[in-house]
Amino acid sequence: MKSARSDEFVDIVLADVLEVYGYDFTGYSRASLKRRIVRLYEMDKFVSFAEYRYRIRTDSNYFKRFLEEITINVTEMFRDPDFYRDLRTEILPKLGTYPFIRIWVAGCSTGEEAYSVAIILKELNLLHKSLIYATDINSAVLETASKAIISLNKLKLYTENYIDAGGTADFSDYYTASYSLGKLKDELKSKIIFSTHNLVTDNSFNEFQLILCRNVLIYFDRPLQNQVFELFDGSLEKFGYLALGTKETLDFSLVSNNYERTGAGKIWRKIQ
Amino acid sequence: MEQRCETLIIGGSAGSLDVLLKVLPDLKADLAFAIILVLHRKSGRDNMLTELLRSKTGLRVKELEEKEQIKATNIYIVPPNYHLLIENNRTFSLDVSEKVSFSRPSIDVTFESAAEVFREALVCLLLSGSNSDGTDGSRKVKANGGRVFVQNPISAGSPFMPQNAKEHGNIDAVLNIEEIAEFINHL
Ligand SMILES: C[S@@+](CC[C@H](N)C(=O)[O-])C[C@H]1O[C@@H](n2cnc3c(N)ncnc32)[C@H](O)[C@@H]1O
Repeated sequence: MKSARSDEFVDIVLADVLEVYGYDFTGYSRASLKRRIVRLYEMDKFVSFAEYRYRIRTDSNYFKRFLEEITINVTEMFRDPDFYRDLRTEILPKLGTYPFIRIWVAGCSTGEEAYSVAIILKELNLLHKSLIYATDINSAVLETASKAIISLNKLKLYTENYIDAGGTADFSDYYTASYSLGKLKDELKSKIIFSTHNLVTDNSFNEFQLILCRNVLIYFDRPLQNQVFELFDGSLEKFGYLALGTKETLDFSLVSNNYERTGAGKIWRKIQ
Repeated sequence: MEQRCETLIIGGSAGSLDVLLKVLPDLKADLAFAIILVLHRKSGRDNMLTELLRSKTGLRVKELEEKEQIKATNIYIVPPNYHLLIENNRTFSLDVSEKVSFSRPSIDVTFESAAEVFREALVCLLLSGSNSDGTDGSRKVKANGGRVFVQNPISAGSPFMPQNAKEHGNIDAVLNIEEIAEFINHL
């Protein structure tokens, strides 16, 4: 695709996707979307933009592929171990005084983040009274998430992350290995509900004491970020916590006055 | 015809830090464009790199933030473990998608994205490194009218990266380490 025209193509595709399927990507950061859309065009060897466009509009199976390819699903267990260390030492012990803990992992991708939180809750002896709602726009990743499977070539990284995050047990206690796959213990999954939820168009569905939304908002432009922060604000109890990715911030949002940055990493506490 | 430079992007991997430490002290304090450093790093948790580079120049050195507006005379460092893309409105977008050529940040990804935004006003410089990152990107930069230079592979601690771009990419010229500061000051 010629670069000068690809910006125009992206606009057309996004308008189509909104019109035909109701998914609104118009508030996403353009540079990343464009890269993914052009990449898919090249990967699937379309000969013209018209053909690509037609396929997306008319073939709902192909649209599924499109959705999977343009939403970026890269994740890992205990990604940014320092963050999980803060959860373990600062945040979750405070929530431990509640009779029941509700956590929302928004944009959970294939579930690694939700399972990591479940492991820490278990080690703090809080898992039995917790419930984790893990949601994503992309139903394909949720299907993978609910299988609770990790590939063994990631184990070295996850084990290192787990140790850096202050894990107190042996990471191998949490999965059983067979061939090239590890299956995470059922106990972890028993407290996680996976479900589709679109942060752009869907409403609040519960009140939480902790919301994690990490490495999702970097893909949204400022107005959309603001809209989503309002959704979170309406879904968070007073004195609840909001955790963002290492490069994301609440600072520029309209609700930031309701929050206080905790000493720990990118975690804010709702104070009013 | 003289081409105006709006942004200089420097890509580097193994062996590139030494070069930057030599070049930075000789840069003039009123550069009319921004410099973006896309460097492969081993681990990301430290601020050491920013501090180290800061100690070598009067120019403002900072790790860039998502959606930050690009400003002339600043030196921006891409945070570890994110790809950097450039928006048409000259702001930064970060992205955690798959590694490209085993790297995140990937030099190719930033070269390519910047090429389409800055077009003729983009200058890229590829330093020492032992990986093929930057070669594909150099072609995209040239295809959009920008310019690409590489560190002379003979002077590089790890010559593969500039050598590969020289052979398989598309570049304007090769620079010796001693020439780089002068070259940047006159862009
Ligand atoms: C890069 S992953 C982050 C995964 C995990 N939170 C982490 O930090 O490792 C981004 C996820 O956000 C999801 N996402 C993108 N747009 C979304 C939306 N509008 N609503 C809900 N999830 C969305 C993507 O499908 C993807 O799984």
